Amino acid sequence: MNWDAARAMAIIAGHAGREGATLPILHGLQDAFGHVPQEAVPLVAEALNLSRAEVHGCLTFYHDFRREPAGRHVVKLCRAEACQAVGADALHAELRAAYGVDWHGTTADGRVTLEPVFCLGLCANGPAALVDGEPVARLDAARLATRLERA
Amino acid sequence: MTRLFLPRDSVAESLGAGAVARALLESAQRRGQPVTLTRTGSRGLLWLEPLLEVETPEGRIAYGPVGPEDVEGLLDAGLLQGAPHPLRLSRPEDMPFLARQQRLTFARCGVIDPLSLAEYRATGGLRGLEAALALGGEAVVEAVAASGLRGRGGAGFPTGIKWRSVRTAEAARKYVVCNADEGDSGTFADRMLMEGDPFTLIEGMAIAGLATGATQGYIYIRSEYPLAWRSLNAAIAAAEAAGLLGASVLGSGREFRLEARLGAGAYICGEETSLLESLEGKRGIVRAKPPIPALRGLFGRPTLINNVLSFAAVPWILAHGAAAYAECGMARSRGTMPFQLAGNIRRGGLVELGFGPTLRELVEEFGGGTRSGRPVRAVQVGGPLGAYFPERMLDLPLDYEALAGAGGMLGHGGIVVFDDTVDMARQARFAFEFCAAESCGKCTPCRIGAVRGVEVIDRVIAGRQPARNLALVEDLCEVMRDGSLCAMGGLTPLPVMSALTHFPEDFGRGAAPLAAE
Repeated sequence: MNWDAARAMAIIAGHAGREGATLPILHGLQDAFGHVPQEAVPLVAEALNLSRAEVHGCLTFYHDFRREPAGRHVVKLCRAEACQAVGADALHAELRAAYGVDWHGTTADGRVTLEPVFCLGLCANGPAALVDGEPVARLDAARLATRLERA
Repeated sequence: MTRLFLPRDSVAESLGAGAVARALLESAQRRGQPVTLTRTGSRGLLWLEPLLEVETPEGRIAYGPVGPEDVEGLLDAGLLQGAPHPLRLSRPEDMPFLARQQRLTFARCGVIDPLSLAEYRATGGLRGLEAALALGGEAVVEAVAASGLRGRGGAGFPTGIKWRSVRTAEAARKYVVCNADEGDSGTFADRMLMEGDPFTLIEGMAIAGLATGATQGYIYIRSEYPLAWRSLNAAIAAAEAAGLLGASVLGSGREFRLEARLGAGAYICGEETSLLESLEGKRGIVRAKPPIPALRGLFGRPTLINNVLSFAAVPWILAHGAAAYAECGMARSRGTMPFQLAGNIRRGGLVELGFGPTLRELVEEFGGGTRSGRPVRAVQVGGPLGAYFPERMLDLPLDYEALAGAGGMLGHGGIVVFDDTVDMARQARFAFEFCAAESCGKCTPCRIGAVRGVEVIDRVIAGRQPARNLALVEDLCEVMRDGSLCAMGGLTPLPVMSALTHFPEDFGRGAAPLAAE
């Protein structure tokens, strides 16, 4: 959704009283807006009595937080060893070629973003992925395509 | 009314259990056959997921792996009576993979409704907490120490010593923190427990709170586990509603509150001091030790930080006695360990056993070799910072000291199997690449070393002055091992050097001598 300062302030206020509130707030903002808009950074800093640099530092440290909108579907592909052992590297090369994007890239039509992830805990049933936040095991290109069509 | 059981575990869900559940309920209703469907955790026989069970006079009968397309045929064949069908297995407890295990921590996982406190109590739940309330904090710490329990996250530090340090620390506020940032590839035991039996973790943490005098607990769970996050939050809410958590734990007058916090995709936050920074709302930058977290941890207060499996072992220890727990295991590794079989494995899953089985027993007897059917060439034990062992070393027994003695580490008990198509130079390169991606950046050996490592291995792979560059890799590994602040940089040399030591032939590839060498 588009930037909405009032909505952002409400999300921040909802967590600001908690111990160590930065991550819950950043998660809340990303859940609402699909990414953490730059406009939110000073608001978070103000609410938590932090400098903007500290909030920026936190925001950019963690792989989860996105500063730009993603595609309509986010596919996180597990690149860790257990999935490598069952052919994940070749699958990822195939998918990146098929979708025409590299890691973190979004297809030209804005439909799919491919992201790397290191381990989803589906290590006996790889290759594994999270498709729009839902786990998928024994992934191949056809299974992903079916999954994205249904979504 | 026939009772059916189907896991809601991530693995089952990722293979279509949700659709199986819908198909079952619809079809049974259409046929006028009354059923109830309980969504459980997973038994850990992961190659059989989704594993459907039906209650019969002979006990629960398992069918699997069940897809939504199998449902009509199963009901036609007489699923509800436990009738024969190509997918029919046997009673789960009669299957060799389960029958040979010692399920203490995972006794309920896959059996009960994970969010039903009534079922939890009916299967022995809360007996540990009740015993702890009767014993008092000092005796609880004694019991944990006497059980021989060591940190299941990977470091293997004696849990009782940690608990005593926090108990005796003087402070107005103390914390209990659960490290549920299970980032090691090949491990999923924490996830399975949080999805399949979260009350065991909650009970273990409540006992820890009572024993150490901490009133607030946090579970730091990784964002890569969305289903575990949901089940954990639901379980905490249920525990609060039942008075198991809150101002007066089980009416004892002792306060213990618990909150789950979501990580944000940083592997380094599984390192305990980085995790504490993250919980405080900061970048997950590793802290120098001392001071140890037991004395100055979360927000500078004394903090008990343990892995999911360490906390989850405690209710059993309190309910059955420290001696009973210590009877399992070998040498200085006491109790049971939930080993996890992963990667290219035919029968992957969770195997809880007393310490001491060999890698071969797990990989071949439990696991049945590779999924691809090709020969096993390498196994990586203990996650991305663990060593690669060749097939000829599979007779190593799995305990903390034996693995360390062989130049590896047990870590969190994950075993990733590779077949003979693996290129160990690529695996060594990946170890550096992973370290470069996930290093917190605080110390130079890790931050710079990992990047340099990738560059040097790339030269080896390209066949450029391999001997000189491999000497450089060894030198770099020594610097990282001895000079890094935490295990991230300090242990990255383990997979690299073990690959080099045990699979030298993979590093000579394309290594035609160059004129310059």
